[in-house]
Amino acid sequence: MNRRPVFLISCLCFGFAFFYIPILSLIIFSFNRSRLVTVWGGFSTQWYGKLFQNDQIIKAAVLSLEIAVVSATLATILGTMAGITLARFRRFKGRVVFSGMVTAPLVMPEVITGISSLMLFILMAEWIGWPGSRGFTTVTIAHTTFSMAYVAVIVQSRLASMDAAIEEAAMDLGARPWRVLTDVTLPVIAPAILAGWLLAFTISLDDVVITNFTTGPGATTLPILIWSKVKLGVTPDINALATIIISIVGVGVVMAGIIMHRAEARRERDIQMAIAAGQ
Amino acid sequence: MIEGQAGKGSWFNRRGWRDLIIAIPYGWLATFFLLPFIIVVAMSLARRAEFSPPIAFLDDWPFVRWDNFARLFNDSLYIRAYLTSIWNAGVATFFCMLIGYPMALGITRVGKSWRNVLLMLVILPFWTSFLLRVYAWMGLFGSNSWFNKGLTSIINTVLPADMALRSLPMMNSNFAVVLVMVYSYLPFMILPLYANLEKLDNTLNEAAMDLGSRPWQVFKDVTLPLSIPGIIAGGLLVFIPASGELIIPSLVGNASDPMIGRVISDEFASARDWPMASAVAVALLLMLVLPMMVYSHFENRAQAAGEARP
Amino acid sequence: MPSEGQAPFIRIEGVTKDFGKFTAVKNVSLDIFKGEMFALLGGSGCGKTTLLRMLAGFEAPTSGRIFIDGQDMTGVPPYERPVNMMFQSYALFPHMSVEGNVGYGLKHEKVTAKERTDRVRQMLDLVQLTPLAGRKPHQLSGGQRQRVALARALAKQPKLLLLDEPLGALDKKLREHTQFEIMSIQERTGITFVVVTHDQEEAMTLANRIAVMDHGEIRQIGAPTDVYEFPNSRFVAGFIGSINMFEGEVTKNGAGLTISVPTLGGDITVSSDAAAVGDKVTVAVRPEKIVISRDRPEAVNAISGVVRDLGYFGKDSLYRVSLATGALVSVNSVNISRGGTAKTADWEDKVWLSFDPSAAILLKD
Repeated sequence: MNRRPVFLISCLCFGFAFFYIPILSLIIFSFNRSRLVTVWGGFSTQWYGKLFQNDQIIKAAVLSLEIAVVSATLATILGTMAGITLARFRRFKGRVVFSGMVTAPLVMPEVITGISSLMLFILMAEWIGWPGSRGFTTVTIAHTTFSMAYVAVIVQSRLASMDAAIEEAAMDLGARPWRVLTDVTLPVIAPAILAGWLLAFTISLDDVVITNFTTGPGATTLPILIWSKVKLGVTPDINALATIIISIVGVGVVMAGIIMHRAEARRERDIQMAIAAGQ
Repeated sequence: MIEGQAGKGSWFNRRGWRDLIIAIPYGWLATFFLLPFIIVVAMSLARRAEFSPPIAFLDDWPFVRWDNFARLFNDSLYIRAYLTSIWNAGVATFFCMLIGYPMALGITRVGKSWRNVLLMLVILPFWTSFLLRVYAWMGLFGSNSWFNKGLTSIINTVLPADMALRSLPMMNSNFAVVLVMVYSYLPFMILPLYANLEKLDNTLNEAAMDLGSRPWQVFKDVTLPLSIPGIIAGGLLVFIPASGELIIPSLVGNASDPMIGRVISDEFASARDWPMASAVAVALLLMLVLPMMVYSHFENRAQAAGEARP
Repeated sequence: MPSEGQAPFIRIEGVTKDFGKFTAVKNVSLDIFKGEMFALLGGSGCGKTTLLRMLAGFEAPTSGRIFIDGQDMTGVPPYERPVNMMFQSYALFPHMSVEGNVGYGLKHEKVTAKERTDRVRQMLDLVQLTPLAGRKPHQLSGGQRQRVALARALAKQPKLLLLDEPLGALDKKLREHTQFEIMSIQERTGITFVVVTHDQEEAMTLANRIAVMDHGEIRQIGAPTDVYEFPNSRFVAGFIGSINMFEGEVTKNGAGLTISVPTLGGDITVSSDAAAVGDKVTVAVRPEKIVISRDRPEAVNAISGVVRDLGYFGKDSLYRVSLATGALVSVNSVNISRGGTAKTADWEDKVWLSFDPSAAILLKD
């Protein structure tokens, strides 16, 4: 037990090298002077400069963020309701269908989700005249549908692990159902809801396949723009864009990690102090 | 809460309430998930038409046509695509397991503060763009990249001099597809495995050692059998998306040996054959249902065993 | 059983264990003899479990050495020690049947399949679990699991069996029964048992010797009667059972010690000569050694007081008597006659307390 697991630690080193060497290589070559991405031609930041003059990229990034915020918010509202339904309502008509619909998007290949949504939008336009054109609305609907499943699963598992007695205690103390929800249940599961929103936001921001099927002319998101460029080959300005995106996400995740770690450490210290004070 | 009593003692037992909370997500999913799904299934039995939308199943109604499914078996393109998908996804799943299992186990064995750092390092690539992670490899596969050159010179050291290679033809190959799949889906293997291994009671390891097992035997007799649910969960989380993968084979794969996701997309967009695309999709889903049923079987069994414990 | 000249079966020599800055076990030396039922008793964090884990080989001592049957255990991994352990959580393998669990340790020994099944049978008979051989751990009750854990640890016929809080997870009724079962198995097998427990009653009934531990150190080693009747420190006296303690000063030595105890409002006689005149000492008296009566008794040590509190437990009653000085004394009295406690004393009754000079314990720390 006291022996260092040498084999496991070397596996970890290999695994993390595998994870990060391609990303590091991508970042390094974004500072390449040469147009060739794979051969080093000296240090330069010219590709970053070009990037900020590119209106197309900035427009696409703004559209992506708008879709991500709207769809993540909708997905969080719908997903929380679905999670509550699955965790707290044991019996209602169509429960089996409902739980199937909530979990199926998680395992459905994206291509199928994409073409089925597109067929729906085209047929709806044919039959009822809506949606007139595909773009922001259709992409947002598709993203919401897809990512609400993740929110529902997160909320459901948080509710399942939550002590139901505290809801009963609130009721026992005279809270009406609505008050129980707002005073007890939602505050307790708030971290799960926030995590769900973040996940839905990231999924939407990252999505290529479903967006590719459900978007229309004039509504190009950032991943679609990158996708269309990348299909033609490797170019240094994509490296620069990738570096920016990875840095933003990386800093965000690391900061969130540190904040969570601090909160956890504080909680543990409080508990220990409480125990010490009790003795 | 007592099961079967429809939330008796639960907070909103009031009908109006309950119904609203159920109805809103229910309605949304029925419209935007179930309905499209039904359309795909119906479409797979329809006939292709020249006009737009390119379907003609309403004309034939109620005659169900199996032509599209028959074509799946008659045209070798489809069978090869399915086999390529299963093979690529299977190999990728195997290597994810091979790399991911010791990593997950390793993370459970380091100190608590290190553990959080390592977990974050596993999750970090998962939050960065999927597309960009695939893109990162496109640069490495190129014939004059440092990675390709390095790998070529390593291989040349074992090859006789007259057979020495100038570079490896990695781009646009199944090798590239599998490698990038392993790279992209490795976190999906590590995270459920870690969650499973972390929950294992360390005193079980100690008990086995106390009864005379050497570390390797402890792993074989205790850790491995108890982590089977994690292996299955991780395996499915890799296999299912990998078998329907579209982006990776499109960017680094061999266009003459396509995977099934590519076939669906091409039938739909290029050939404008919606019914055929739907049939290929339905067949893919049927193919994936089996492993999913295995998974839910194990899940239920694990849950039943867990509930039997006081 | 421990006798002079007999070589100790287990020798713990100056063992210290540090976890970073925290010292869990401080320079402990201890001999345990063959066939003993030895208990390590102490509160949580006293180092008893760490000591047990060092015997099993899960922790290595920072300094000091452990010998089992004359063999130095330094550097010997758990799987090579002639020691088996019954874990507090039982640590049964959830994916193996009862039979699989009990037979697991024999897989690593050179025994034929037949010998192995015979031994498993024998062990299941010993703990009366033969009918449940095919069950999985989650299909067993708490008491049954405990017996599987015991059988599994005994199956390898270890030289030493370690039991970590063996009765901790059982309810009260089952505890008493299991206690005697463990004792009878120990007698039948003759294996040396070391039990870790925080429960003094459990230690007293199970063990023939007890080591009381506190903050990583051994405070007293002795038979149950020794540590109960003759504690060597205020800590041991207070940890085992309840006790009344009063501080005083020795004023006279002759026919016992006369001690002036301000909290009792006078002099007390104690039959001991282990202190000199002028020493500051503590007089400790167990509640059951004090006699409570309505009339002044003919006794050397008699004090009057008023009943402030009384708890009726059926077979006995606990009184809290306040003295004129304001001190509170606990008295335990067996209810010999039927009809409640009212016959002896009731709330606010004036009563007399008395105890024999030999009943009082003299503590010098």
